[in-house]
Amino acid sequence: MIALEKRPQPSRAFSLATPVLAVIATMVFGGLLFAALGKDPLVAIKTIFWDPLFGQYAFFYRPQLLIKGAPLVLIAIGLSLGFKAGIWNIGAEGQYIMGALFGAGVGLAFYPLEAFYVFPLMVLAGALGGWIWAMIPAFLKVKFGTNEILVSLMMVYVAEQFLPSMALGLMKNPEGFGFPGSRNLQQYPSAFNADLIEGSGMHWGVVAAMVAVILAYVLLTKHRLGFAIRVTGEAPRAARFSGVNPTRLVLFCLGMSGLLAGLAGMFEVSGPAGQVTIDFNVGYGFTAIIVAFLGRLHPVGILLAGLLMALTYIGGDIAQSNLGLPAAAIQVFQGMLLFFLLALDVLTNYRLRFGRSEVA
Amino acid sequence: MDLSAINPILFVAGFLVAATPLIFAAIGELVVEKSGTLNLGVEGMMITGAICGFATAVETGSPMLGFAAAAVGGAVLSLLFVFLTQVALANQVASGLALTLFGLGLSALLGQSYVGIKPPRLPDINFGPLADIPVVGPILFTHDIILYLGIALVAATWAVLKFTRAGLILRAVGESHDAAHALGYKVVRIRTLAIMFGGACAGLGGAYISLIRVPQWTEGMTAGVGWIALALVVFASWKPWRLLLGAYLFGGITQLQLNLQGAGVAIPVEYLAMSPYLITIIVLVILSRDKSAAPACLGRTFHASS
Repeated sequence: MIALEKRPQPSRAFSLATPVLAVIATMVFGGLLFAALGKDPLVAIKTIFWDPLFGQYAFFYRPQLLIKGAPLVLIAIGLSLGFKAGIWNIGAEGQYIMGALFGAGVGLAFYPLEAFYVFPLMVLAGALGGWIWAMIPAFLKVKFGTNEILVSLMMVYVAEQFLPSMALGLMKNPEGFGFPGSRNLQQYPSAFNADLIEGSGMHWGVVAAMVAVILAYVLLTKHRLGFAIRVTGEAPRAARFSGVNPTRLVLFCLGMSGLLAGLAGMFEVSGPAGQVTIDFNVGYGFTAIIVAFLGRLHPVGILLAGLLMALTYIGGDIAQSNLGLPAAAIQVFQGMLLFFLLALDVLTNYRLRFGRSEVA
Repeated sequence: MDLSAINPILFVAGFLVAATPLIFAAIGELVVEKSGTLNLGVEGMMITGAICGFATAVETGSPMLGFAAAAVGGAVLSLLFVFLTQVALANQVASGLALTLFGLGLSALLGQSYVGIKPPRLPDINFGPLADIPVVGPILFTHDIILYLGIALVAATWAVLKFTRAGLILRAVGESHDAAHALGYKVVRIRTLAIMFGGACAGLGGAYISLIRVPQWTEGMTAGVGWIALALVVFASWKPWRLLLGAYLFGGITQLQLNLQGAGVAIPVEYLAMSPYLITIIVLVILSRDKSAAPACLGRTFHASS
């Protein structure tokens, strides 16, 4: 029999090792999955994890790492604040869409005016859009005690209906020859979130993600609010006695995660995506949940996890075109990662005991 | 706009069909939550059931085998949740999310070659002369067996929870796992069975969407029904009959907005399509004040040593 024995303190070593072990386990089982789909598992794993970084065409894929990693890191940083405190915002996908719609909306409203203030206003609007969308579940939670998990998720479906209504209606390109979608912001210099260094993939969203990582680190380690977040997650009763205001914490954590998700959407629509289309969102808001957990809800961990997850997106695309690996296989692969992480996490808090368990 | 295009009899018959996937998924989750576990993976189990049922029905030509496969598929997927929360003692919210993300990916992978196919039809039960009764006949007696099974399941769940020893034990585990453990009940085993029952029900609900309500396979076709089912359990204060009522309310709204879309109402399609989600939120707001009905151990991890 194997029995579990609770550790007096969570193990630091396992806390750091489980994400690595989870990635390895996912590679093994993902490889088996790819083999079951009739692909050479070693080639598939190499295509996903090695080729984008060091392969023949790596110069083309490396900038993609920043482009795909930035929104994931931005969203996941926001989510991690709430997750740490037991406040579950799982509607980042909707906040991402609303951020993009608000940001693009401001940009399109100014078209074709060329002015330095257009882009900053779009950034503010994007942040506001995501924030508003997240404040709906936050407000309902503090006012009526409504479950924020369900409300934030319902708001994703609402946002997913807003998107086509905007792309086909209000924001539709009047010179688009009837094609769905807005004007392309890449062709509107004042609104274009261009690479800061040509061809590097380094746009303003990447800068924002780096700043978010640093600020989150400072917040969690040096600030009173960060302490309140950690205490609430680890010992809610102790938090109440130490004077933490749960209402403010809910408003802050949900609002902040919405704001960051909105920013991510805004930087995406004004840069790499360029326009509002009916299928603009690709699930970053949900993948970011995996990123947050894989990064152990720690800012630096999230940065690394975001880059790794970006790699699976890029590598997945390559595997799709070169090996014919279905896109859904990558989705399963990402889901597996969260599964193994949660399963292996038991080792952080519990010790395995082998041998017969005694009768208590 | 022409509201007379909506036939009230077909509308009522239609919303009974629209409510059935919700009934299955929600009654399963109700049992799971009564045992003290919160499984947020309903959406993932539903969509997995939808494709398992669809693929099996297409391959074998038998819709009933399809439904059986859907129940098995949902239950097997729920074992992942059992492993995470009951064996590895992981956080239930995170594990449920993992199950949903994994299930959505898995179903998309399994369903690749089934897009655009028509599944075999499950015939309606022949009630003979009963179906010819005006108004009542077409509403109540022109459905397939699974729809009636859903209603029967609600009744059975109510009876088991209220009148049997098994129901009492299940509720005891949900209210206080430590006390139940001290009395010698196998908390983990009971919860495992409850979670698998929930998985099987969610699978059936999913298959009802892909085999009867739509009927075809598209990626992500459950479109949040699993999440609405979770809301429905809260709405029902964990009571089976209120759950049935709630499912009909939501089914009615879904059907109404579809009919309004068809009738060409001046409201844009997107705004009509939002309505079920918005109404879910409103209902949650109205009913969230009273949490006293929730099982006391809901969402808490059980470890025998503590």
